[in-house]
Amino acid sequence: MTDHESAPIVSLDNAAKHFGPVKALDGVSLVVTPGDCIGLVGHNGAGKSTLVNLINGALAPSSGSVGFSGGTSANEAGVRSVFQELSLCPNLTVAENLRISHTALKGPGWRRHARAEILQSLDTIFPGHGIDPMSEVDTLSIAERQMVEIAIGFAPRGMAARLVILDEPTSSLDAGIADQLLEHIKQFCAKGGAVVFISHMMGEVFEVASRIVVLKDGRIVAERDAADFTRQGLVDAMGHVTAEAADTAGTRQEFGPEVVRTEQGLTARKGEIVGLSGLAGHGQAAALARLYLSRSSAFRPGTSPEVVFVAGDRPRDGVLPLWSILRNISISVLGQGARHGLVDRDAEARIADQWKTRIGIRTDDVTNPILSLSGGNQQKVLFARALASPAPVVIMDDPMRGVDVGTKQDVYAMIRAEAARGRTFLWYSTETEEVCQCDRVFVFRDHEISAELTGADITEEKILEASFVLEEAS
Amino acid sequence: MSFLARHRIILPVVSLTVLLAATFYMQPRAMSYFGLNLLFNLAVPIALATIAQMMIIMVNDIDLSLGAFVSLVACVTATILNDTPALGLLILLALILSYALLGAVIHALEIPAIVVTLGMSFVWGGLALFILPSPGGASPDWLRTLMTVKPPFAPMAVVASVIIALVAHLLIIRSGIGTVLRGVGGNARSVAQAGWPVIRLKALAYGLAGLFGVLAGMALVGLTTSADANIALRYTLLSIAGVILGGGEFIGGKVSPTGAVIGALTLTLAASFLSFLRLSSDWQIGAQGAVLILVLTARLIFRQKGAEA
Repeated sequence: MTDHESAPIVSLDNAAKHFGPVKALDGVSLVVTPGDCIGLVGHNGAGKSTLVNLINGALAPSSGSVGFSGGTSANEAGVRSVFQELSLCPNLTVAENLRISHTALKGPGWRRHARAEILQSLDTIFPGHGIDPMSEVDTLSIAERQMVEIAIGFAPRGMAARLVILDEPTSSLDAGIADQLLEHIKQFCAKGGAVVFISHMMGEVFEVASRIVVLKDGRIVAERDAADFTRQGLVDAMGHVTAEAADTAGTRQEFGPEVVRTEQGLTARKGEIVGLSGLAGHGQAAALARLYLSRSSAFRPGTSPEVVFVAGDRPRDGVLPLWSILRNISISVLGQGARHGLVDRDAEARIADQWKTRIGIRTDDVTNPILSLSGGNQQKVLFARALASPAPVVIMDDPMRGVDVGTKQDVYAMIRAEAARGRTFLWYSTETEEVCQCDRVFVFRDHEISAELTGADITEEKILEASFVLEEAS
Repeated sequence: MSFLARHRIILPVVSLTVLLAATFYMQPRAMSYFGLNLLFNLAVPIALATIAQMMIIMVNDIDLSLGAFVSLVACVTATILNDTPALGLLILLALILSYALLGAVIHALEIPAIVVTLGMSFVWGGLALFILPSPGGASPDWLRTLMTVKPPFAPMAVVASVIIALVAHLLIIRSGIGTVLRGVGGNARSVAQAGWPVIRLKALAYGLAGLFGVLAGMALVGLTTSADANIALRYTLLSIAGVILGGGEFIGGKVSPTGAVIGALTLTLAASFLSFLRLSSDWQIGAQGAVLILVLTARLIFRQKGAEA
């Protein structure tokens, strides 16, 4: 598929980016030519985001060079990016969001053109999407927003898109929609477009990528045709050896008394890890939110909360962006250490340091701002915040969005250890692999529980069976 | 999403209609060309000031200097613009530019707008006192004529409000650049990523606020025929209330120009309505606040219902 005769869209020559003493990217050479579909992998903090920001022109390299063939800037060269952190304007309509990135769209009637263009792009990539281009983005679900963002990335916007960078595009999409996207990427590349595809889902990377680039500690450690990699080889190259999936089913059967029971039929016993599964957007997050709100008081924070919440949508309901890592962790335990209503600074620092080592937050100093961390490490902070509190029930709303394989293994282990100590976990996840870590799984369909699986029954097939309506509607 | 949550303009319209109906019930004579003009006369500068405030709130900032700024403009209009029009015009232009500059400075240095504008309110107030130490001055004749014009069918105040709402709507909601400006309020980072110079956009938003602030001051002088350094101090809070009453939000770039104008009309009318109730003027400000709280409560309830649906 690769046509080495044509001029490269982007070429990086020994490009490096330093943030103060931190070498985010340490000399990377990469050429993207038309028709390329590059799978970019590496664990969080390896420099993927920085590399993307160099390619799309958002950052200038500290040394080395980044050259575009189709113009002087990334925009002129037709380089687009779709980010992992959703970056639409929530107060604008879908069509108006296209206007933000499509500067040539002006003059009377621009709204009509914008509507037609975004609708066409959505129709091409996600047939049957059902998104109204005139609806405001904050009325859409997270998956729909992600679809809109991808559609804007591929939309012509006055000139054809030549290179589209997709950073974890499928993290909030369910399997069917993700397949539509992968299909579109293949067609786009076959027609001479180029894609840089970043994903933690190895299956997707192998499905679309013609070439795979592995980043580790700011350097490219491997760059080969996708066919020359095996999954295991890829994971090894990234520097993380995936731990053998522990056989949790059947190892611990004795749980305490029932601590959670909702009207929907969701139950959990002390020390149990309960998974919520099913297709994204079928009411799992809402069920957890209802449970959390019913168990926590809005007026009296109290020193011993019954439940804590780990957010999956970090910018929206997780991270306190202006605070330090320390403050972000300690917010859940301020009440306990307080004396006469004053915060015990020493205890606060102790707790933060303890969790920094226990959960492996990658930072030199916990007083750094939280936003200095990569997405995966921010998520670790949120875990630390929840686990630091003594609450017996931990609710997790798809907490592994965009978290790398290594971090996931760390967190799985921590969850299992905490469960063994008698904490109860309610865990909604869009990834089957995670759900299989649970002792018991509730599968949701159309805002109702369609199946309850335990032990050896927790398999991908059973979950899929319960997620889809298999029989004909009578 | 309920109907009301989707069409946030409905609540301001209903509020104004209810208040208007109550006013007409109390004082049927207000239901005339002359009566309406009298009721809404002073709403024109308030509406302009509300649009100015809306421009700032649109980009997630707040302007606490607007009242002092409008007062300063009124003083300039009633003295310098009246005596030497060319110099007066130049000064007003400079004021607009200084607003734009303020926006750029606030963005570049990342200082909270609330602090900067609070400080600037003393600067504007001082300048106003410097220009017009004691109440006085005179309105330029053309301005007086403009503000007392009697168009057919509807009184000036109503026609002017419609024009203000229309222009602001075209500028902010319909135009491309207005959309980008709202985008700055919604998600400045994504606007910057798309290649827009956010600092210039912020300067533009502030500059537009300055422009509407200048228009508000001029309209006020045209109505009152003289000025005073403290003439419009309460516009700061009135304009903020107007934006919020009209369906705007403090953050997130959610604003409605039409709603803002309606909000300004509602606030003006609330004052007249309370006079018709023969409420002592001591209680009026408090009662006006109560009206505001009532409307905002209604909005919150509808929004929550909308979220549940």
